[in-house]
Amino acid sequence: MAEAHDSAHGGETPGTAVAQQQDHSAPAPAVAVVRSDRFPNPGFPPERLRVTDLDPKKEKQAERTISALFFLSIIGSVFAVAAYILFPIDNLDPSTIRLNNMFLGIGITLGLLGVGIGAVHWSKALMHGHELVEERHPTRGSDESRERAVEIFREANAESGFTRRSLVRNTLIGAVIATPIPAIALFRDLAPAKDPVALLKHTMWDTGVRLARDPSGTPIKASEVTIGSAFHVIPEGLAELEYHRLEEKAKAAVLLMRLPVDELNEDPAKADWSYDGIVAYSKICTHVGCPVALYEQQTHHLLCPCHQSQFDVADHCKVIFGPAARPLPQLPITVDDEGYLVAQSDFTEPVGPSFWERAL
Amino acid sequence: MSTTATPPASSAETAPGRGMRFTGWASNYVDERTSASTAVKALGRKIFPDHWSFMLGEVALYSFIVILLSGTFLTFFFDPSMTEVEYSGSYVPLQGIPMSVAYHSALDISFEIRGGLLMRQVHHWAALLFVAAIGLHMLRVFFTGAFRKPREFNWVIGFLLFVMAMALGFTGYSLPDDLLSGNGLRIIDGMIKAVPVAGAWISYLLFGDEFPGTDIIPRLYVLHIMLLPAITIALIGIHMVLLIVNKHTQFAAPGRTNDNVVGAPVLPAFAAKAGGFFFIVFGVIVLIASFFTINPIWNYGPYDPSPVSAGTQPDWYIGFADGALRLIPPNLDFVDPLGYTWAFGVLIPLVGLLVFLAAVALYPFFEAWVTGDRREHHIAERPRNAPVRTAIGAAGITFYAALWAAASSDIIATHFRLSIEGVIHALQFATVVGPFIAFFITKRVCLALQRKDREIALHGFESGRVVRLPGGEYIEVHEQLDDFERWRLVSFDEYQPLMIRPNDQGKITVSQRVRAGLSRWFFEDRIAPVTMNELESQKH
Ligand code: HEM
Ligand code: FES
Repeated sequence: MAEAHDSAHGGETPGTAVAQQQDHSAPAPAVAVVRSDRFPNPGFPPERLRVTDLDPKKEKQAERTISALFFLSIIGSVFAVAAYILFPIDNLDPSTIRLNNMFLGIGITLGLLGVGIGAVHWSKALMHGHELVEERHPTRGSDESRERAVEIFREANAESGFTRRSLVRNTLIGAVIATPIPAIALFRDLAPAKDPVALLKHTMWDTGVRLARDPSGTPIKASEVTIGSAFHVIPEGLAELEYHRLEEKAKAAVLLMRLPVDELNEDPAKADWSYDGIVAYSKICTHVGCPVALYEQQTHHLLCPCHQSQFDVADHCKVIFGPAARPLPQLPITVDDEGYLVAQSDFTEPVGPSFWERAL
Repeated sequence: MSTTATPPASSAETAPGRGMRFTGWASNYVDERTSASTAVKALGRKIFPDHWSFMLGEVALYSFIVILLSGTFLTFFFDPSMTEVEYSGSYVPLQGIPMSVAYHSALDISFEIRGGLLMRQVHHWAALLFVAAIGLHMLRVFFTGAFRKPREFNWVIGFLLFVMAMALGFTGYSLPDDLLSGNGLRIIDGMIKAVPVAGAWISYLLFGDEFPGTDIIPRLYVLHIMLLPAITIALIGIHMVLLIVNKHTQFAAPGRTNDNVVGAPVLPAFAAKAGGFFFIVFGVIVLIASFFTINPIWNYGPYDPSPVSAGTQPDWYIGFADGALRLIPPNLDFVDPLGYTWAFGVLIPLVGLLVFLAAVALYPFFEAWVTGDRREHHIAERPRNAPVRTAIGAAGITFYAALWAAASSDIIATHFRLSIEGVIHALQFATVVGPFIAFFITKRVCLALQRKDREIALHGFESGRVVRLPGGEYIEVHEQLDDFERWRLVSFDEYQPLMIRPNDQGKITVSQRVRAGLSRWFFEDRIAPVTMNELESQKH
């Protein structure tokens, strides 16, 4: 330790030397360069007195300021209570909320700042102003206590036979490791006994389910979808669900757009998934699941507001920019006898973010 | 040393009055039952050095107390249930809309309870300040080398506190169950699902159902108001105990050495200043909360997986994670031959962030290994005097800042009329190359500043006084520094790189070589402090 302090400050080693650590386990020593002709610490500079130390009038004045601040604080706190009563919230008038918030806040602020600024001022202007010095000691325990600690462990070991009775010790370690296992098992019922993977692969869409407006739930006729328009779509019946409405919506939300047929570049295998230039794509981003809900009519690009993934509707919704992993899944649609748009089936692949078992 | 630990007794000595007698009786009563005088003796006159940057940790501590107080108030009114109800409160635009009880009760806190909005805003502003103060505090500790022995543990604990702060912030942000917080959870759900092997299951167990389910808010609530605060308070406790054991660092100044602490004693000056400062921090938070709205949840509406929310931002401290997600190029899903999906588009940023955080947590051990320095350090270094460390810090900040800026890529693009593609590409570049540039520049700047210090220590500073020499030439007079001024410039350590040494078997191991190489990288460019001889010879 002695060298350590030396090398940092005020060492007396003659000549230019390299301060070394007495540390046998270290492969190489610490190397702070110590020069004998470096500057000594000049010690404390002469103290500068504050105005309040020199001038009793200033001292009195500071005293008055400080108690004025504390007094102001009392006024603030009382004002806050008054504001609580005088500025009630009137349910018919939203501006009363703002007033209540503001005046209550101003009162409390005064109450707090008065105490705070007063106390700091007191400390800085009036309390004993000299700096004091405290010696540091190395953080490690003294040799004596370290020896005693080692001895205690040795005694405890001898008395318990912790190292000697290795069978007892090892079985104890095993037993302690095993005890938390039931706790882990207990958490299985955080979720119901179903396979989440199966759930992730199905949505409410099914053969003949009508496409309905989000959020009203009224079905959409193909004739209502003009070129260039876009609809936010949910399966008919979703809006009326008593149970699992949001969970179903989180998978089944769809965007419906109509493009001029000649601008639509369709995969021959999926040519009959659209109807007269009307296409339906999952609205759940294949990145991490935000709703992809910004449709740019001219470019027919879809934009996800969360991380700016862009999908080209004219080109199978493939990803043209951003972090999304895959094209948005397409919902195969057609029209029923009454002219309403309906799904031909569920999505043919899982919607939304990727997961381990997704492709299986 | 010119001062002692006992200041001269104040002249205004008071005879014990009634109040004094009561205090004496009470102190005795307590001490006979608790031995409290021992603690007062040990801590009452502990010395705390003063520097503005030492207040950052205090701000963090005080805003945490404000959070505890305001949060407790909120728990009396907030109901975390996700049962669906129809809104029946006084905010007209939402009347009749189905929403969770949690959202309803957060609206009620804002609109029906006097001071409720104020407390929500105090809580949220204090949370933002809390995380910011922790972050700045960490930077202060990093750039002054205050994490070095014996304070490595406290660095790690501080780091854990930073992680806790983000976790508390995120869980809190999710509680009101508004559109934004639900979207945040949706993103978390998507990230969890990307985890290899168990992702779908972890998400299912966490949400208690398919996303969003009806369990997540109550579960986050227990984390937010019980588990995480309990851990945080425990960590703060250990942080404070270690602070007392290790004592505070101080900047080099005349009279201050590695073996002493110079400053104000706890009682009375430091206690008054710190206590007062607590009230100031509290007061400023309330002031901000009285005038500036934060998180106006009534504008967002209840959570629904379908509506848009363009241009919305997470709280600032989550930004770097959100930004990391944005910078990844498209189509990185990979399906392995067994048919399992590796969602690299999410996994790369996720692992990248974890590595970054691990690097922050472990840096002190890395530096100790590279420098081979095993001494105790109690003098806070000036950043310029450790050029490589400072440069590493600057590189880290640049990396973080680029990710953070990426979280606002859309806002940057619309605000400055740039294309989103251009902004993302620029930020991708900044994330990957920026840290290297920052490292290089910072190191050069540090060395230049050190040279300037040397220059000033040797030749004094320009006095601004110009004189005309007999020959007609004008020069500016340089004034020499006095000993006290000079000390600040010359009191630092100069290091040499480690040397490779064979071990006991006479071999040079690979780790030795790596270590020596890193050590050279750390210390090869260095500037020595001015010595007395140099100054002497300079004068002649
Ligand atoms: C460092 C710790 C904490 C942080 C960073 C934090 C942060 C947050 C944030 C950002 C919110 C959202 C507020 C909003 O705008 O509505 C929140 C809500 C809430 N927090 Fe905390 N919090 C912390 C600790 C606590 C503690 C200790 C409690 C309870 C004792 C608490 C109770 C609550 C409650 C009840 C809410 C929901 C109320 C509402 O949203 O109106 N928080 N928290
Ligand atoms: S969720 Fe759509 S881009 Fe991230």
